[in-house]
Amino acid sequence: MADFFYNTGLGIALLTLGQVLLILLPLLVALAFLMYADRKIWAAVQMRRGPNVVGVFGLLQSFADLLKYVVKEVVVPAGADKPVFFLAPMVSLVMALIAWAVIPFNEGWILSDINVAILYVFAVSSLEVYGVIMGGWASNSKYPFLGSLRSAAQMISYEVSIGLIIIGVILSTGSMNFSSIVNAQDGDWGIFNWYFLPHFPMLFLFFISALAETNRPPFDLPEAESELVAGYQVEYSSTPFLLFMIGELVAVVLMCALVSLLFFGGWLSPVPFLPDGFFWMFIKMLFVFFMFSMVKAITPRYRYDQLMRLGWKVFLPFSLFWVVFVAFAAKFEWFWGVYARWTVGG
Amino acid sequence: MSVFSFYLFATCVIAGGLFTVISRNPVHSVLWLILSFLSAAGLFVLLGAEFVAMLLIIVYVGAVAVLFLFVVMMLDVDFAELKAEMARYMPLALLIGLVILMQFVMAFGAWESNVAAEGLRTQVTDPTVHNTAALGLILYDDYFLLFQLAGLILLVAMIGAIVLTLRHRVDVKRQDVVAQMMRDPAKAMELKDVKPGQGL
Repeated sequence: MADFFYNTGLGIALLTLGQVLLILLPLLVALAFLMYADRKIWAAVQMRRGPNVVGVFGLLQSFADLLKYVVKEVVVPAGADKPVFFLAPMVSLVMALIAWAVIPFNEGWILSDINVAILYVFAVSSLEVYGVIMGGWASNSKYPFLGSLRSAAQMISYEVSIGLIIIGVILSTGSMNFSSIVNAQDGDWGIFNWYFLPHFPMLFLFFISALAETNRPPFDLPEAESELVAGYQVEYSSTPFLLFMIGELVAVVLMCALVSLLFFGGWLSPVPFLPDGFFWMFIKMLFVFFMFSMVKAITPRYRYDQLMRLGWKVFLPFSLFWVVFVAFAAKFEWFWGVYARWTVGG
Repeated sequence: MSVFSFYLFATCVIAGGLFTVISRNPVHSVLWLILSFLSAAGLFVLLGAEFVAMLLIIVYVGAVAVLFLFVVMMLDVDFAELKAEMARYMPLALLIGLVILMQFVMAFGAWESNVAAEGLRTQVTDPTVHNTAALGLILYDDYFLLFQLAGLILLVAMIGAIVLTLRHRVDVKRQDVVAQMMRDPAKAMELKDVKPGQGL
């Protein structure tokens, strides 16, 4: 039996398919409840009740929404480029999902343990912009087009600073593999070994860049309801719209996973006497998701020129300076070698 | 498995390239080009060069093709007219294509390599080092100066592009973020007591 799964082509394919389902199904179910949590937190900040009708405490609201989206009619605008119009939401969803192939949840709990894992995530997240551009262009309408142009410029701008911040972490670890990055944060002092302390300013820059990269408020300019009605999503309805929504949320959860892996030590326990485990990873991801929701609830939307200024004139120079600083600190082992973690674990 | 993947990616590269050329719509052309790039990245992965594959996706698909798409989407071109124009140049294009094809045939037809030379084609680095580290070692140890010079050339090109396109127009309203943040609510806002039925 084991021989069939490890050595024959069909067996390996089936095994991989099973592993993919093992990641995707919990992820998509968790997504339904995360969307509910997002709305509940948002409602609580604004002193509303939020969804509370479907199921106990409204817990099944997301499933009701799913059903509602699926049974609606698919409307295609006249003059739309049909193949590209339907390709766009699929690209958006698939690009968000395939990045999970390299995310570890625990020591060895990973679909594909590749050397260039972090580059892979970066590459895939840079492809997400295509869903937006294609959707905006194929709709053959002015508002989606303007929204998609804005969005593309925004995502490219913030990718630059995300890339530089990641380089800082890679320099400290000496590896681009997520397991190595997490292991390099292991040590005797638990929480104080994690990268958020030596890379402290970058944690905030990464978080804010992640907000901009995933089009979350306060950077939700591509879908600014008040000016662009809903940006690139205007002409979408029913299941294609649902795919866009899910893709966006999966990207947000992916960013939560990245923040936990890069800065909060993944599955490592915060205190030395408690065991490491995948639940720490989930707790950290939930915490970061809570921060995402709170930011959505309490910040007003940025103006477009402010967004571009922040990305290019503030984040880019600062993260570039930080890369140089980390390079020197790691090379000459300043600050008791906290920046040169490859000597510790990686 | 890897043979199957190779033929899948190779077919996609060629089909993508073909449709890039024959698509009527330039946006479709760029999308086919992207498929071509992605499949080429897949071929690199099959070769074991995962770092180059990821760079290909990040640089070409993530940045260059997005810029292509930007430009092409903004253009308002009459495609029928363009096609009519193209028919005029068809003989010339065919001639050039034929010449290039002949050159390839002649070059590869006369290609000979010694068996001993084949044997010399070994890996330049330690095979136990994975290829990101191997590339880094070679770039930063052996070709450090050339690598830095290449970066410098790119910097000059970037500054050149900025200098060519930067215009300071005086007749547009600019946003001064610092002044906006320094604004005092007490001075910026004024409370008026509006009587009913009167207005200001």
